[in-house]
Amino acid sequence: MGKMHIKVTVNGKQHELLAEPRELLIHVLREELGITGPHIGCETSHCGACTVDMDGKSVKSCTVFAAQANGANITTIEGLGNPDGLHVLQQMFKEHHGLQCGFCTPGMITRAYRFLQENPDPTEEEVRFGMAGNLCRCTGYQNIVKAILAAAAEMNAAKEAAQ
Amino acid sequence: MIPGTFDYHRPDSVEAAVALLAEHGDEARAIAGGHSLIPMMKLRMAEVQHLVDLQGITDLKGIKVDGGTVTIGAMATQHELIASEALAQAAPIIREAALQIADPQVRYVGTIGGNVANGDPGNDMPGLMQCLDATYVLVGPEGKRDVQARDFYEAAYFTARSDDELLVSIRFTAPKGGYAYEKQKRKIGDYATAAAAVLIAKDGGTCSSASIAMTNLSDTPVWCEAAAEALVGTSLDKAAVDAAVAAMTGAIDPQEDNRGPVDFKKHVAGVVLRRAIERAASRA
Repeated sequence: MGKMHIKVTVNGKQHELLAEPRELLIHVLREELGITGPHIGCETSHCGACTVDMDGKSVKSCTVFAAQANGANITTIEGLGNPDGLHVLQQMFKEHHGLQCGFCTPGMITRAYRFLQENPDPTEEEVRFGMAGNLCRCTGYQNIVKAILAAAAEMNAAKEAAQ
Repeated sequence: MIPGTFDYHRPDSVEAAVALLAEHGDEARAIAGGHSLIPMMKLRMAEVQHLVDLQGITDLKGIKVDGGTVTIGAMATQHELIASEALAQAAPIIREAALQIADPQVRYVGTIGGNVANGDPGNDMPGLMQCLDATYVLVGPEGKRDVQARDFYEAAYFTARSDDELLVSIRFTAPKGGYAYEKQKRKIGDYATAAAAVLIAKDGGTCSSASIAMTNLSDTPVWCEAAAEALVGTSLDKAAVDAAVAAMTGAIDPQEDNRGPVDFKKHVAGVVLRRAIERAASRA
């Protein structure tokens, strides 16, 4: 089989491209679409650096074929915020030193985004369990957990203020 | 790590999927969540010429609890198993086990059908399904047939399913009494060093029925009737639990690997089984 037509929506923008079915989603994002927020860490579905949000689920994009993602709606770190308008999770990671080298951070924040959608008011233990698919070799996780709990508090306060 | 080339198919019905499997024989593989198959394809340890993606088949989805019968579609994900309140009411042991499988990202896509049909001795659901005495529904070119989970596993990656059959659903009677799924692993996301699925029903202070299955301690899951029989009719005292652990230890056949030597695995198997019996009994 040669290349196939693939349609994906990434960060609200529709893309049509030709890809071999065996191409991995992370390669399509990074190499075909130039979306380099999601990183390639282990490439063996362990580290979570390639995590993206696909149809409302956190997935490791190194373990999804381009063909499987045909028709999917994807959000990457680029879709959550940007330097002129940080997402509250990005802001809290910055304030609480939730990163050192930053390699795992896009995956961490993309996963934390979905986690807080499902559990807006988590305990520390729930954050740790919910983030178990993302590895960080710098921080010891302490400040990542703090940042996510702080983001949850911010998001809940903003929600209450809006009501 | 890029797999070899393959043709991609996304059928929209069980019949169409089975026709593709029949047409391409052992060159075809069905893919559900893909988190066992894709890593093997990337390592080129699995050669697949035709990949039959099941994501478009609505009939394979969903969890149904009807009276005392639970039916789970093969494409129900671990995440959906955990989230289902109806399933947590009918068979809470499934949520307890699913929460110990892999990590959140993998549980969003990993399915119960893939977990039980792959035949990997490390997978948790096969032993659990044997403990529950579940029935697997397979569909092939000749039609539909039922196979008991207790008869399904022949050796590592070899099962009663033939290449042109698709596992479409899993059915079991909602268990009564107490339950526990106890798993020892090196780190979160790992396969079990040893795991035990236990169901215990009590009548007054006496164990009236029990079912015990062990995971990753042989090249298939081990449903151990003798271990369960050692508990039935007792007050689940120390002598009975010792007898169950001894029967279980005689039935497993662990191999030395990076999770430890044989004696260690037998020791851990005893530890997890004791914990599981204790927890199941406390809930019965």
